[in-house]
Amino acid sequence: MDDSSVTRIQNNPAFTELVNTRKSFAWTLTILMLVIYFGYIALVAFAPSLIGVPIGGSVTWGLALGIAVILSAILLTGIYVWRANSSFDEMTRAIVATNASGARK
Amino acid sequence: MSRLVKSAFAVAALALAPLAANAADAIAPGVQQPTNWTAILMFVGFVLVTFGITFWAAKNTHSTKDFYAAGGGITGFQNGIAIAGDYMSAASFLGISALVYGSGYDGLIYSIGFLVGWPIIMFLMAEPLRNLGKFTFADVVSYRLQATPIRAMAASGTLVTVAFYLIAQMVGAGQLIELLFGLPYAYAVIGVGVLMIGYVTFGGMIATTWVQIIKACLLLFGATLISLLVLIQFGFDINAFIAKAIEVHPKHGAIMLPGAQVANPISAISLGMALMFGTAGLPHILMRFFTVKDAKEARKSVFWATTFIGYFYILTFIIGFGAIVLVSTNPAYLDAKGALLGGSNMPAIHLAHAVGGDAMKGFISAVAFATILAVVSGLTLSGASAVSHDLYASVFRRGQISDGSEVTVSRITTVVLGIFAIALGIAFQKVNVAFMVGLAFAVAASANFPVLLLSMLWRGLTTWGAFCGGFAGLISAVGLTILSPGIWVAIMGNPAGSAPFPYTSPAIFTIPLAFLVCYVVSLMDSSRGAAAERQAFDAQYVRSQTGIGAEGAAAH
Repeated sequence: MDDSSVTRIQNNPAFTELVNTRKSFAWTLTILMLVIYFGYIALVAFAPSLIGVPIGGSVTWGLALGIAVILSAILLTGIYVWRANSSFDEMTRAIVATNASGARK
Repeated sequence: MSRLVKSAFAVAALALAPLAANAADAIAPGVQQPTNWTAILMFVGFVLVTFGITFWAAKNTHSTKDFYAAGGGITGFQNGIAIAGDYMSAASFLGISALVYGSGYDGLIYSIGFLVGWPIIMFLMAEPLRNLGKFTFADVVSYRLQATPIRAMAASGTLVTVAFYLIAQMVGAGQLIELLFGLPYAYAVIGVGVLMIGYVTFGGMIATTWVQIIKACLLLFGATLISLLVLIQFGFDINAFIAKAIEVHPKHGAIMLPGAQVANPISAISLGMALMFGTAGLPHILMRFFTVKDAKEARKSVFWATTFIGYFYILTFIIGFGAIVLVSTNPAYLDAKGALLGGSNMPAIHLAHAVGGDAMKGFISAVAFATILAVVSGLTLSGASAVSHDLYASVFRRGQISDGSEVTVSRITTVVLGIFAIALGIAFQKVNVAFMVGLAFAVAASANFPVLLLSMLWRGLTTWGAFCGGFAGLISAVGLTILSPGIWVAIMGNPAGSAPFPYTSPAIFTIPLAFLVCYVVSLMDSSRGAAAERQAFDAQYVRSQTGIGAEGAAAH
């Protein structure tokens, strides 16, 4: 990619918007995942007795929380893919198209 | 304390190595089983099918892009299964279900640790990695930095990670096959080595990926079937199932609580960090991102990988509890002292027999062997790419090499690495493989991950910052592991409690250290080259965000 396209893309407000939206979205999800996981580990490390409290019958909070952490990992990646493959990709296509037409001028 | 730390370490590694400490201990006394013909026939079937695929793949493997990245023609879904396959080693299956069988809830804690690295890879790394890279993660780090020092550093990180992981896999393979098939250890190691050389040399990444996909499907199918057959016996009543397990397990209600494995908070968190961030620095996993055609497919692959891995870990939990109920209560699977026949890693195999007879046991044994073979192939390919692509083609020949001769060099490297792996597997037969895997994860998390992440996200990173930070992570991770009880006490024979570094995993210290060294050295670097590298970040950033100029799929 030549320098002029780099500058052109960087000066394109759509690019700034894409980068900022995606960055804040990705970091929000990252922090959410870190809080969920290390929160769970902290519970295991510092309050292990809570893990064994039954919810109903033999199923415990620990079991439910553990499964919930697994499902949240799948869910968060799913949310990211869904948004990235629709809106982020669309924004990217628009930027690439603008750049290509800008290069021809 | 040291026993506790040791067992915690062992358990962590267990999930990723095909076999680990407690299994190695249990298997070592030579409990070779009678030759299992069902398993051998099924495995021969697997080998024939996969060699058919290798033959087809070989006809389509001409360029470096075919060899390292399957021509970029793998779909996101296929790649997701292959990544899951790389991750679901025989140990995840045998090791975690064995851990659940022995300690209950601890097994779930560890499986979660192995899973949560994936969302992080997705949010921060998958996309720029795919947009910037070609064949190896060194391509990404050296995108705007000086090729020679950076590729030398990245190749060191790759080769150290791969070597430790490979030793663990080969030793584990030998022990597991000796146990499951009744073949002598050396034959088993040589068999795995020769088959793996065959797949990788002829079929490159195309064959390696398809072997991984087939194996992952077989493993998911087998684990699902066993779980269903277990749950059917309880009419899918989870409460009754768990109540029965609590009733028959010698620890009773304690199997629903965190046990000794995670009793020390610092070790628990450090281990969690090594698992989470190590995943994001494993070279054979990172390499898979270059087999898909674009960032969109890369994202899909992470989603499918996370889904399959998460699903698989839930199954291993059911299998572990199923074995508590159906295997521990059946004298046919126990020796005179009440211990499991064949060693502590056997619950899943015995459970397969308990719910599905000899055919099911043979099938699961064959899948376990196939699993090792597939993981070893992926590892060797990534080691070969570090040598041929990063060191030989880029550093030694400075990129002045034809595509065809680079593939030839890769093939030669694969054969050499394969022979090396066989020799290491035989030489390290007695070593505790758990520490090898622990070391591989700690190195990946401390040497590869920080440099890779910063190179993509931080403008200020310079060649010397990355070089020093990468080596700081590599050396400190290896050094502190040697000083930890796992090696200092258990292998080097120093008295218990004398280890200078008291924790299970060094990651809580070495990951921040690597980041800090990258940061400080980069800041202090006021050379003209460093200024140019910071300037080049703009172009790199635009490409990483938009994919303009990124590698596409091969033309054929």
